[in-house]
Amino acid sequence: MSDTVSFFSGFAPRDLLFLGEAALRTMWISALSITMGSLLGAVFGWMLYEGKWVATLTLAPVLDVFRSVPLIIQLVLFYNFAPIVGLNLDPFASGVVILTIYTAALVANVARGGIEAVEPPMRRAARSLGMSYWQDMRHVVLPIGLRAVFPAWVGVALGVMKDSALVSVLGYVELLKASQILITRTQEPFLILTIAGAFYFALSYPISRYAAKLEQRWAQ
Amino acid sequence: MFDYNFHWRPVMKSLPDLIEAGFLTLQVAALAMLFGIVIGLGLALIRLHLRGPLYWFATAWVELARNTPALFQLFFFGFGLGAFGLHLMPYSIVLAGLSFNCAGYLAENFRGGFQAIPDTQIRAARSLGMSAVQAYVRIVIPQVLRVVYHPMTNQMVWAVLMSSLGMLVGFRELSGETQFFASRTFRIFEYFAVTAVIYYVIVKVILGASRLLATRLFRY
Amino acid sequence: MIEIRDLHKYFGALHVLKGIDLDVEKGEVLSVIGASGSGKSTLLYTINGLEPVQQGRVVVDGVDVHAKGTDLNKLRQRLGMVFQQWNSFPHLTALENVALAPKIVKGKSKAEAREIAAAQLKHVGLGDKLNVYPSALSGGQQQRLAIARALAMEPEYMLFDEATSALDPELVGEVLETMRMLAEEGMTMICVTHEMGFARDVSDRVAFFHQGVMEEIGPPSQIFGDPQSEHTQKFLANAR
Repeated sequence: MSDTVSFFSGFAPRDLLFLGEAALRTMWISALSITMGSLLGAVFGWMLYEGKWVATLTLAPVLDVFRSVPLIIQLVLFYNFAPIVGLNLDPFASGVVILTIYTAALVANVARGGIEAVEPPMRRAARSLGMSYWQDMRHVVLPIGLRAVFPAWVGVALGVMKDSALVSVLGYVELLKASQILITRTQEPFLILTIAGAFYFALSYPISRYAAKLEQRWAQ
Repeated sequence: MFDYNFHWRPVMKSLPDLIEAGFLTLQVAALAMLFGIVIGLGLALIRLHLRGPLYWFATAWVELARNTPALFQLFFFGFGLGAFGLHLMPYSIVLAGLSFNCAGYLAENFRGGFQAIPDTQIRAARSLGMSAVQAYVRIVIPQVLRVVYHPMTNQMVWAVLMSSLGMLVGFRELSGETQFFASRTFRIFEYFAVTAVIYYVIVKVILGASRLLATRLFRY
Repeated sequence: MIEIRDLHKYFGALHVLKGIDLDVEKGEVLSVIGASGSGKSTLLYTINGLEPVQQGRVVVDGVDVHAKGTDLNKLRQRLGMVFQQWNSFPHLTALENVALAPKIVKGKSKAEAREIAAAQLKHVGLGDKLNVYPSALSGGQQQRLAIARALAMEPEYMLFDEATSALDPELVGEVLETMRMLAEEGMTMICVTHEMGFARDVSDRVAFFHQGVMEEIGPPSQIFGDPQSEHTQKFLANAR
């Protein structure tokens, strides 16, 4: 047997484990960011709706920036900005912060659309029954608005899940970064990319189909 | 927090290079849109009118483009094709990846557009003696264009934002160029901050131009 | 002249026209009445070839509509059609709506097509709406626009498929008035309609359709005054 340590070596079963762990990291950072970003975005959406011109002049342009600058630039900027203000954030934390704000910026528009989707007569009816503002929000606007924009929200969430691959630029080893590492070692780009692609597809496709079906059913 | 000194001079010195790279970004995004529109139109028509292998090919394209990360698609054209001995230049990788992605998303927009035009419009056109082609070109397509105009504008913005991934496959568009300068001077934050502004301006110019064009195109 | 002989039409297993024989003379106004699903609208679509048939013949001025090799695009220029849903082209102004087909189908010059269009729009009382988009027109106005659009092709026949059924009640009158005007000008018309008043007052003959069969045809006085078929009697009793 040759004793030379081969820098390149074939794809081994344990590499699947490596990819699996990376896939879990993709799901973990996505889930965390989507959850926090959606909650924040819902609040922003409500502020945009109720805040009238004050929010239009302040919050809206800020959120707009996050939709008009590539995510990868946002990540690099924030990662290099944090130490300047004395924050020492690892790639994961930086990624979560930016992905969360990015999600919130997208969800804010969706959420505002949801509130606007509830017709004023319906809300007047609710208020005429003696409901308070918050009761109206909780029992009328939330269920109806949620239904109206749920498919759009699913689209945003899946988009963020896919975009989470960009956190790799900070050195966070999620699925695509792990694939890249393995490809460099094994020189098996097609096999490894197929596995990674299949994972994203298996996660995204059923959910997007389900959302489309819901949208169709609710449209009737 | 206070011991960091911002150095903007090197950034300002390379500003002309960055702006030039911005035009390259715009160019690759516009080309990708062009390919995306032509291919997307074809995919949409196939999915609407054909069955069999072509249908499955078009469907696979659309679903893969929409359900995997754009970065994955870029990697695929980057080193995935290497498995088949095909090695693209960075420019081609980004153009191919972006075109693939845009075609998939636009195909769905076009499909929705065609479905939004009632069959009765074709019937009315045919009843006046128009041929099938005339009815399509004169009656259906202009109306589809209006339906998909806004999504198409959004896709163009996406194409610009997505092209920033070129940085990860060695393409020196705006982001790649920024990274190049940043790594030479270590003024990472400053460089990427300026680049963020340039992206923001590009996006706003696209949206503004699109709005201006819309008022000229759609008077109804 | 339109001659229809032993016409059968199926939608899959559904037999919607069961052997129709009918002649429509030049200058005649024929109203076709009957319940929805009786096949009367389908009959119109088979006359200008928008729907294929499985058996029988439709001959328009000597041209067999469903024969192989018939130039349907040419034939349809002789047959103007107005739909229930007026189908105005939303991306074109009223004038462009009417001028388009004369220009691209008949090959008229742009100026000539616009002249024809303006004249026809004036004809149906829309002379002041030339540069308005359909979205700014009422349903009745859009239906009159559709009539002008068909007339601009200078057809020999006009087919009306429930032209007033989709209109708000207060807009029905203006469209019926326009149709009456055409009838008085001598246009040959086949009107599928639910407007019994129009059928009685304007048409030369009235045909009653029931489940794909033409049960009865005759002058309005006979159909409305002395209907022979039991189905006709029942239908008219309910229609009033």
